Amino acid sequence: MTLDPILLRRGIPVSPSPYAVEAHGLVKTFGDNTAVDGVDLSIPRGGIYGVLGPNGAGKTTTIRMLATLLRPDAGEARVLGYDVYTEPKTIRENIALTGQFASLDEDLTGIENLILLGRLLGFSKQQARKRGRDLLEAFGLAEAADRQVKKYSGGMRRRLDIAGSLVVTPELMFLDEPTTGIDPRSRNQVWDIIRTLVAGGTTILLTTQYLEEADQLADRIAVIDHGRVIAEGTPGQLKSQVGAGALKVRVADPVQREEAAAVLERAVGGVVVREKDSAALSARLGEGASASPSLAALEEAGILVETFSFGQPSLDEVFLALTGKPAESEENDDAEPEIAEAAR
Amino acid sequence: MSQNTDTPPLSQEHRDLPTSGAKAGAAGSGAAAEQVSAAGISAVLLPTDQRPTPSGALSGSVTFGWRAMLKIKHIPMQLFDVTIFPIMMTVMFTLIFGGAMGAVVSGSGETGGAAITEYVQFFIPGIFVQTLIMITMYTGLTLNKDISKGIFDRFRSLPTWRPAQLVGALLGDQVRYTLAGTIILTVGFIVGFRPDGGVSGVLAGFALLLVFSFCLSWVWTMVSLLMPTEEAVMGVSMTLIFPLTFASNIFVPTATMPGWLQPVVDANPVSVLVTAVRELMDGTYDAASIGLVALYCLVLVAVFAPISMYLYNRKS
Ligand SMILES: Nc1ncnc2c1ncn2[C@@H]1O[C@H](COP(=O)(O)OP(=O)(O)O)[C@@H](O)[C@H]1O
Ligand SMILES: [Mg+2]
Repeated sequence: MTLDPILLRRGIPVSPSPYAVEAHGLVKTFGDNTAVDGVDLSIPRGGIYGVLGPNGAGKTTTIRMLATLLRPDAGEARVLGYDVYTEPKTIRENIALTGQFASLDEDLTGIENLILLGRLLGFSKQQARKRGRDLLEAFGLAEAADRQVKKYSGGMRRRLDIAGSLVVTPELMFLDEPTTGIDPRSRNQVWDIIRTLVAGGTTILLTTQYLEEADQLADRIAVIDHGRVIAEGTPGQLKSQVGAGALKVRVADPVQREEAAAVLERAVGGVVVREKDSAALSARLGEGASASPSLAALEEAGILVETFSFGQPSLDEVFLALTGKPAESEENDDAEPEIAEAAR
Repeated sequence: MSQNTDTPPLSQEHRDLPTSGAKAGAAGSGAAAEQVSAAGISAVLLPTDQRPTPSGALSGSVTFGWRAMLKIKHIPMQLFDVTIFPIMMTVMFTLIFGGAMGAVVSGSGETGGAAITEYVQFFIPGIFVQTLIMITMYTGLTLNKDISKGIFDRFRSLPTWRPAQLVGALLGDQVRYTLAGTIILTVGFIVGFRPDGGVSGVLAGFALLLVFSFCLSWVWTMVSLLMPTEEAVMGVSMTLIFPLTFASNIFVPTATMPGWLQPVVDANPVSVLVTAVRELMDGTYDAASIGLVALYCLVLVAVFAPISMYLYNRKS
């Protein structure tokens, strides 16, 4: 890794931290409610880091501490190598926060919101207006520029909110539940935007309640529940913690199912489950096993296969295995079907 | 991990979401303006070496002041709310109570048109002060509303001078005070207010009132940072404002009150202010009264501004 351009620009002769975030034992208590209960995080620079947890797990509180909005009750944290207690100003110069609830002025128009941020970040009035126009254009909001934000749709608000975080390009961007409660199309747009930002070199810390989202976007995931990190790793690692993947086969002719089951049993060397669907079979594969031999064996036996899939356990299953309860909290019941629908 | 690399073509089951780029493009029919392209976003990202230096205390405060003015532009009703009541008070006190009050104020015992005119001269500077003091409360309400929303976190995550949001709001409110004050004085003029101090006297009184309002606003800023809800802020502010404005010489001279109450009412900062404003508008300004107002202003800012800034920085 080359020297950090920010440090170079400031002429600070410090070797840059390879971590975007390093936190140890962060604690935050509200009254007698311990919102964050000893969180450890090591987030490498570059890429997307996902913090996954149900409502009330402590995601927002953790982010607010890292973004220097909230002082931790205990623990240490360095953001981009700077200490949250002693160097908050430097941290703020290099981060951007897109909060869970739109961090926008609802009474102002889209362009006014961006000019406001541009002025605060040091642009002249003309520069800020130009910057605002360019951002609105890029985020597909040019037509809504002069409309009050309170008249924006959920997806438009989200995009404007993210645009607001890009008035100057941050080293690290916090995105707190960026797709909660927006429609699938807007969600896809937000995903696109996030991927583009990462390609541009920004590190992204994203929180989400959606397992699919973390799986789709994040390079690494911390699963957080009741203010504690209960698992951490790549999506693949997390899934393998729960066991290997499941093989699903549907034969073209139900008559051939028994024969197929016998072939599979030999190929995977394990138990094959006959599903309710009279043409379907499933089998759990052992650690490190490959699905290709099974498919080859079926073909060899002359069995016509309609569908054949090998999938890793879903993060739903991961959550269930880690916490002993499903990840969904009651509050997001309304939002969940949208995601499920989009997944189909 | 091995599974990941082993089975790329087959592991479709849980990865079967279409790549969002293609999907967003396909679904974008009829909404060309909403199109978001990766290329467009990449192009708009500002290279980190082109970041400007963040705004300082002054330009940050001025920017937040600009925001407050935009709010007046977008929600003029908030101005209407706070001026309609004083207009009603002015009309009511002059036309209905004016005769009786005037008889007392002038000491002539005569009621009617002349007494009303007499009372108007006494009352307008008073209601003028009361109106602006009432409006200062809205500074606290606005701030409390801001804090309960996500935008508060955004502002605090910026590398700017943090109190700029507070100072800027107070500066922006000066515009609101000026507008409201102008309305009251216009109504006053219509009902017969003809101050001896002339235009310069009125302007001097206005300026003094604006300074005081700015200083008093810090009290409401503190209240708004301490109270959990807008309603609570309103409740506390009202509880403070009513005695302050009514136990004063706004409506009647202190001399008409019971002896034990007079020193209390005279010490009320609002009475001190009203006296100074009356004198200025009368063209008979008195350094002692203005000095006393300045002293109150200094104390208000010295006490409440640091507390507010501390609370603002600590607010979670
Ligand atoms: N400002 C606050 N005051 C009091 N309690 C809070 C505050 N912020 C969060 N909490 C509590 O802390 C816990 C964690 O909240 P949060 O960090 O918002 O979770 P998440 O973002 O994962 O949904 C919740 O029980 C919540 O009620
Ligand atoms: Mg949250």
